[in-house]
Amino acid sequence: MSNRKKWFSLDLGPHNKKKSSGNCGCSNPQGSCDSGPEKEELNAEEFYEAAINASIGDERRKDGFDQVFDVQMDRRDAFKKLTASLLIGAGAISSCTSVIQDPDSKEKAQIDWEEQFKGNYKLMTDEEKKQTVDRLMRSYELRTGKNISMSSKNAEEDVLFGYAFNISKCQGYMDCVSACVEENNQDRKSQMQYIRIHEMKDGKGFNFNEADDNYYHEVPAEGHFYMGTQCFHCDNPPCVDVCPVQATWKEEDGLVVIDYDWCVGCRYCMAACPYDGRRFNWSKPEVPENEINKNQHYLGNRMRKKGVMEKCTFCVQRSRKGKNPACVEACPTGARIFGNLLDPNSTIRWVLENKKVFRLKEDLGTEPKFWYFMD
Amino acid sequence: MRQLKVIRSLVIDSLDTITKGSKKYHLWMGFLTLVMLIGMYCYSIQLDEGLSVTGMTDRVSWGLYISNFTFLVGVAAAAVMLVMPTYVLKDIDFKQAVLIGEGLAVAALIMCLAFVVADMGGPSVLWHMIPGIGVFNFPNSMLTWDVIVLNGYLFINISIPFYILYRHYQNKEAKKRIYVPGAVLSVFWAVGIHLVTAFLYQGLQARPFWNNALLGPRFLASAFAAGPALIILVLAIIRSFTAFKIPDKTIGKIAMIVTVAAQINLIMLVSELFKEFYAPTHHSESAYYLFFGLHGKNALLPWIWTAIPLNVLATVMLTFGKLRKNPKILYFCCFILFVAIWIEKGFGLIVPGFIPGPYGKIAEYLPTGIEVGVTLGIWALGAFVFTILAKTAIGIELGELRFKLKQTES
Ligand code: SF4
Ligand code: SF4
Repeated sequence: MSNRKKWFSLDLGPHNKKKSSGNCGCSNPQGSCDSGPEKEELNAEEFYEAAINASIGDERRKDGFDQVFDVQMDRRDAFKKLTASLLIGAGAISSCTSVIQDPDSKEKAQIDWEEQFKGNYKLMTDEEKKQTVDRLMRSYELRTGKNISMSSKNAEEDVLFGYAFNISKCQGYMDCVSACVEENNQDRKSQMQYIRIHEMKDGKGFNFNEADDNYYHEVPAEGHFYMGTQCFHCDNPPCVDVCPVQATWKEEDGLVVIDYDWCVGCRYCMAACPYDGRRFNWSKPEVPENEINKNQHYLGNRMRKKGVMEKCTFCVQRSRKGKNPACVEACPTGARIFGNLLDPNSTIRWVLENKKVFRLKEDLGTEPKFWYFMD
Repeated sequence: MRQLKVIRSLVIDSLDTITKGSKKYHLWMGFLTLVMLIGMYCYSIQLDEGLSVTGMTDRVSWGLYISNFTFLVGVAAAAVMLVMPTYVLKDIDFKQAVLIGEGLAVAALIMCLAFVVADMGGPSVLWHMIPGIGVFNFPNSMLTWDVIVLNGYLFINISIPFYILYRHYQNKEAKKRIYVPGAVLSVFWAVGIHLVTAFLYQGLQARPFWNNALLGPRFLASAFAAGPALIILVLAIIRSFTAFKIPDKTIGKIAMIVTVAAQINLIMLVSELFKEFYAPTHHSESAYYLFFGLHGKNALLPWIWTAIPLNVLATVMLTFGKLRKNPKILYFCCFILFVAIWIEKGFGLIVPGFIPGPYGKIAEYLPTGIEVGVTLGIWALGAFVFTILAKTAIGIELGELRFKLKQTES
């Protein structure tokens, strides 16, 4: 188990401890490993349940959030909500009743009710995950008359995703940025972007201070080079520890994900991220109906609501199907490399073993799974 | 049965006192209500549109709300400076001041919680944080620690004065055996709430401006200056508007506390400035931004250069016993000290933590009108709560409110 990571682990004390406790099920006596990777049983879930049992009550109790379902909230409703939420917990009820009063179908109300009362995705069984995903799909259909497909696919065994970025190749075209926005249904109004491309001056080294991450001119610009940043899916992610409600966590395949329905929007994780990896929905995200990517994953590009955190998920909806993330596919220069770090034959492993790779702010002990290299 | 009756009569009596008062009192309460309503309205807009109506962005993701929250935790913690000598060291002349101080702590805590709720993106799912129903990420997240200590402190600070007042209301002595342990506990607890709140920031390796071992101690020092300074001001107001007697000696002693805390705070400031500017590193950029501006961006300069001179001036003036003994000068010093620390521990602490951003990007932050409206509303809420608490407490302490008395009357 330990030799699996040694080629990128800095071997920091606290980090190691975490690894051994949150490890994959292979060595666990539960034996889901024997049943092969095909079986979608998630050891992590059971494990977490056992480990954090004390802090979790009835996980399936409730989950109140009407915004997913586009419930209109006028001023008066807002006032109602305010008082209700001050009375702690009553918030869920008030938003529910407004749904029930809606003359729309009973099924919608039923779905909303169940969604209100669902728990944290991280702690759900596979069964529950499937149920919530089904509800969300049905709800979308009821509301818009269109179908989406949403997956709740868990991490696969023996997969740990990693990313490498070739600084010599990147020309700053930003095709990755637009592909990412389209793939992940990011808010068009605020022009949210997970990826930032930093334009740096030749001869100044990696001087982020003088870099421009918001340029609007023809690229590649003379005398400049480019470097992309996004969420690095740290192996020891500070953003995860600080979340007061465990709405964000590291999956078994190394992806750091967020349950948008569980996030309370405190933005503590944003303050804790040293890499500017997180984005917040300051207002209700807007994506034109015809631009919505309907191939979704619960932890990935499904529609968000206002007041929750989101970020790059290495396109969990794609990567768990064995595809490359949208940015990797869109890059015209081949500067982006993605793959399974545990597969000795993968390109990413080749890069890590044959190139002089480095990571940003390694001194912080966050262990990003995102390397930079040059030709 | 009897207990219930007493409580009922206490509630009725206190409702009676808080609704009666001089014209000035009614004006004051009316004014606070108005501000609160404006705040509510602003908050309803924020609920409606999302936090985009505030000045916060992905680059500076905490602003005025969290600044005020941080500062008010300090004010709340400061009640302990009065509790300690009174209850534990039997320093009798603090007794009335303590009731006021604890009332202030309760008001400050309520404001703290209100600011946190106002800052949340999804206030209606805040119950996700309630242990048992939601998922409480304890002990990993410092925010959960903060929730625990703040609520615990609120509980302590409500129950101790309530017990004392409840006994006095029935014309009985409050039993030392019962409230002293609580008071001792609250002393440690107050240090706890402040340290934990400092750790909230201190523990983030991503923000070098906060990731600094002095942050916690400096929080304590500034809190023990700003909190008692506010208490002095409040006592002065109460003294001139009510029959409640607060001896000069009490105020003098609190002034002493303020002075020492302000001096320590200043020493720590010097230490901090030395570290940032003697051998500036990449990590000193936030401090540079705060004090001198970076690349022509200098939104915080007017604030911090108001705060520092006020802070120094107040500390120096307070240091001279003669000046400190003059009530006018004392009140003035307390006021400017309070303002200075509000700027320093609020705005001056939270905002530069985000500037420059993780990759050196400098995006400035200015609160919007709505944010200011909500903030004022919450301050009004705090003042409102405090006025109610203080009025009842004073009524009971002056003997105007008595259980027996009322029964013989009716
Ligand atoms: S880059 Fe930031 S958001 Fe992504 S895992 Fe690391 S700390 Fe978390
Ligand atoms: S914003 Fe959401 S994900 Fe981030 S720390 Fe707060 S609750 Fe957790």
